[in-house]
Amino acid sequence: MCLAIPGEVVEILDEHPDLVKVDVSGVRRTINVGLLADEGVRRGDWVLIHVGFALSKIDEEEARATLEFLETLGKAYQDEMDALLDSEID
Amino acid sequence: MRFVDEFRDAAKARALAAEIAALCEPGREYRFMEVCGGHTHTIYKHGIEDYLPENITLVHGPGCPVCVIPMGRVDDAIHIARTPGVLMTSFGDMMRVPGSGGNFFDSNAEGTNIRMVYSPLDALKLARQTDRHVVFMAIGFETTAPSTAMTVLRAAEEGITNFSVFCNHVTILPAIKAILDSPDQRIDGFLGPGHVSTVIGCEPYRFIARDYGKPLVVAGFEPLDVLQSIYRLMLQVREGRAEVENQYARVVAWQGNPTALRVITEVMEPRQHFEWRGLGFISHSALRVKEAFARFDAERIFDLPGVRVADPKACQCGEVLKGVLKPWECKVFGTACTPETPIGTCMVSPEGACAAYYNFGRFTRERVREASAR
Ligand code: SF4
Repeated sequence: MCLAIPGEVVEILDEHPDLVKVDVSGVRRTINVGLLADEGVRRGDWVLIHVGFALSKIDEEEARATLEFLETLGKAYQDEMDALLDSEID
Repeated sequence: MRFVDEFRDAAKARALAAEIAALCEPGREYRFMEVCGGHTHTIYKHGIEDYLPENITLVHGPGCPVCVIPMGRVDDAIHIARTPGVLMTSFGDMMRVPGSGGNFFDSNAEGTNIRMVYSPLDALKLARQTDRHVVFMAIGFETTAPSTAMTVLRAAEEGITNFSVFCNHVTILPAIKAILDSPDQRIDGFLGPGHVSTVIGCEPYRFIARDYGKPLVVAGFEPLDVLQSIYRLMLQVREGRAEVENQYARVVAWQGNPTALRVITEVMEPRQHFEWRGLGFISHSALRVKEAFARFDAERIFDLPGVRVADPKACQCGEVLKGVLKPWECKVFGTACTPETPIGTCMVSPEGACAAYYNFGRFTRERVREASAR
């Protein structure tokens, strides 16, 4: 739970203003963007995701560099991705 | 020199390392503490110490939230999990943290059903789907506390009555202060935690520079980030400055995330005291749920034993967390205490100093030096 993973916002969910769908390394999950309420989040934005919440916005280049770095971490990153895959936030 | 793991920017890293070396005054020792477990992980995984001149030592701080949860709190969580009608949930990292009678897996083998969740929102979802009372074991620094707080607000908004959090959130500044106040300490500067700072910003670290005369550089997690931050610390020391700098500005805003801070203070307040494994009681170093949200506070709902359990005698996590001992200097390191059978919590999470060292660090420079001295 200590890692923050970059994801791209691919869909804003109208039913709940705090929820969006993100694409994280090819998988889609729902996350909460309520902590970025002041800035606002749009489709195509990249965010750092921590335990199901977007912590901060980042640019695409930073997102790709972070992903590349996370992959070097091996198991710690794999465990975090596995946990994210089990997540069913709604 | 043997590099544990060549990474993408190894050439740039060597160039930076040369600049760092050029700043070293001969005969002087430098000790920098990385507060965050994420940095510890990078440092061992990528053998960062191998790039550094011998008179720079990296000291691993208390910034692994799993590692600082005391045994008594694990026992309390298991006590809640045993209550009929309760479904306990927790991050996966907590599952192996030992309590006095075993960890969550041991407890499950004896009949509880402590479930791993990725997010507090997953725990809330379980509450919507079951009649049982779902408790979320909340751990983490300021990075994670806003997520717990938002989840409580959401539960309140939806009028959910079978959900609560067992709040174990800790705050980083009192821990840094406790370390600075500890008499056996000699630290020349800090690598500030990257993700915690996305929430609290850089301003709150000011007292470290002002009152203690130590520089702090908020650092990113990639090997080059860590080296650049060490370079900036060295430059400050060399020039006799003590300031707060932000190396990770591409992610961390100087003022932090005001929404996240607001959400934390809406739902939580500082505790008088909280026990940190290995470090003992530190005042105002943790958060609890406010009275206004008492119906979501597992500590108010359940009658907890709240017994303080002393750490096992063999365990030297306290010294490791304060940076007085290196992981391998603990008497049980790698023998009685391994990631499979941890005695202390620094061996549990991959961010823990002992686990990071055990997994990656076996060839780092001190080890090599020790071996050749034998
Ligand atoms: S080796 Fe085990 S007991 Fe010793 S300090 Fe590390 S985690 Fe604690």
